[in-house]
Amino acid sequence: MMERESTPEKQKLEKLLLMNEKPNKVMKLKEKQNMIGWGFVLPASLLILIFYFYPIFRAFVLSFQTGVGANIRFAGLANYKRIFLDPLFKTSLSNVFIYLVLQVPMMLFFALILASLINDEKLKGRSLFRTALFLPCATSLVSYAIIFRSMFALDGFVNALFIKLSVIDRPINWIGHPWTARILIVIALTWRWTGYNMIFYLAGLQNINSSIYEAAKIDGANAFSRFFRITIPLLKPIILLTTIMSTNGTLQIFDETMNLTNGGPANSTLSISQYIYKLSFVYSPRFGYAAAISFVVFLIVAMLAFMQIRVGDER
Amino acid sequence: MSKKKLISLVKYAVLSVAAFLSVFPLLWMLISATNKSVDVIAGRLLPGTHLVENFTTLVERTDIFRALWNSFRNAAVATIASLFVCSIAGYGFEIYHDRGKDFLMSILLLSVMVPFAAIMIPLFMMFGKANLLNTTAGFVLPTISTAFLIFLFRQNTRSFPSEVLESARLDGLGELGIFFRMYVPIMRSTYAAAAVITFMNAWNSYLWPVIIMQKTESKTMPLLISDLIAGYVTDYGMVMLAVTISILPTILLFLLLQKNFAEGITASIK
Repeated sequence: MMERESTPEKQKLEKLLLMNEKPNKVMKLKEKQNMIGWGFVLPASLLILIFYFYPIFRAFVLSFQTGVGANIRFAGLANYKRIFLDPLFKTSLSNVFIYLVLQVPMMLFFALILASLINDEKLKGRSLFRTALFLPCATSLVSYAIIFRSMFALDGFVNALFIKLSVIDRPINWIGHPWTARILIVIALTWRWTGYNMIFYLAGLQNINSSIYEAAKIDGANAFSRFFRITIPLLKPIILLTTIMSTNGTLQIFDETMNLTNGGPANSTLSISQYIYKLSFVYSPRFGYAAAISFVVFLIVAMLAFMQIRVGDER
Repeated sequence: MSKKKLISLVKYAVLSVAAFLSVFPLLWMLISATNKSVDVIAGRLLPGTHLVENFTTLVERTDIFRALWNSFRNAAVATIASLFVCSIAGYGFEIYHDRGKDFLMSILLLSVMVPFAAIMIPLFMMFGKANLLNTTAGFVLPTISTAFLIFLFRQNTRSFPSEVLESARLDGLGELGIFFRMYVPIMRSTYAAAAVITFMNAWNSYLWPVIIMQKTESKTMPLLISDLIAGYVTDYGMVMLAVTISILPTILLFLLLQKNFAEGITASIK
């Protein structure tokens, strides 16, 4: 149907094609296939346009407005000014950065070590280890948050075990104190995502020629230096990818803080997503202000990803 | 003991501890599903006799079968729609690629950087206006098309032999016919990988449903479980049984299709 539209370029093309019969047919066929190709990619592209790009544009517009329902009016930069004075925004932002700094490097390091241990073809029970380590990925975020909540209850299994092992002498009220609650979230996140990242490293390690390791062994490099001198440099692009993914995921954390600690105690585990959610659907709705925070989050995520790509490229 | 043996011992010890820690919370979940609430939060490590009682309480207090059906229906629709839309797009982007389509693909990939929290309010408003709250369409629509899946199919289309394409064309098969009759059967394993990932994501999704599935009868499993712990008194034995029921389908899927799952999530690094 699009083919019948005649644009100046097409008229020119058709004139040229009239001079020669054979290329005409070929061109027509190519053109037809090209159009079919657009038909194939269009539905998916439109859906992404409607459900990702349009909403982020709407969030941007909304962030300059205030009021609810019919009373929406232009508010200029008022929402953005308010962000800087909002203690809860600062709290939620610093909380997710605490998770980010404590959790992501530790998890990626564990994942790297486990991947390089499992990458040994002579390892007995290799697929069993792999399945076990990968298994947490099959659990939903809500479910594992609740499992951890019950294990770390005041009289729960973990406290009882720690007391038995004399690590502590009184039970820890994990979700009752700011730092233990944050640490609990870090532990839970590490449990859920270490295996996931390990799979990426395993896939990467399989692309590394094992002769490199053999050569290093002959040259007398021990396991330690092989890990730091070969594994890490060669996996750099994948480490970068997993860092970006984990950063992105941690900044958007919601399910865990909602179901494990419910943001408490006293908002000390509140995440940004949770704060936006509360502003929009729990407290009296302030969509304009929530949208301003949303847009700031979008900028932070995009900026961090950009920075990580730059740093990753330099080295 | 030789140094080599010692290293290998440490290796196995590290892996065993890590594997144990990975599996333990799931064992804990299974054990707790058979225990009384007081025993669960007192850290009881032995299976109990309360499984039937927990199940009775669960069925009495919640509409778990409805939630299971909702979860299953939403996830199935999401998976089928997603696989169709994204695979044909990924195929299109690779087979008919030209400057325009390559450019469009790179624009689409930018959507990965858009955090869900940043778009959930406008999305909620859009779906409210369109009267799609509490519906499967509402649940599914925002996640049908993802740059990740399109990219996965585009990358994997590179392994689709061009001879198949050429000979099918010579045989007079139309472009759509080639896609359905040649491409889809040949790319089975890519479809399996995409299906596991999409199904699990839809089955486990929480933030979007929490916003749009407000009616009790449209709640999915994660919402039901989350509601169970929101009260003042939580019956942990019952909750752990609900958690077990919600996790079992994805665990089974995972154990059956682990390889596809691993291939699927790592497709971007090929």
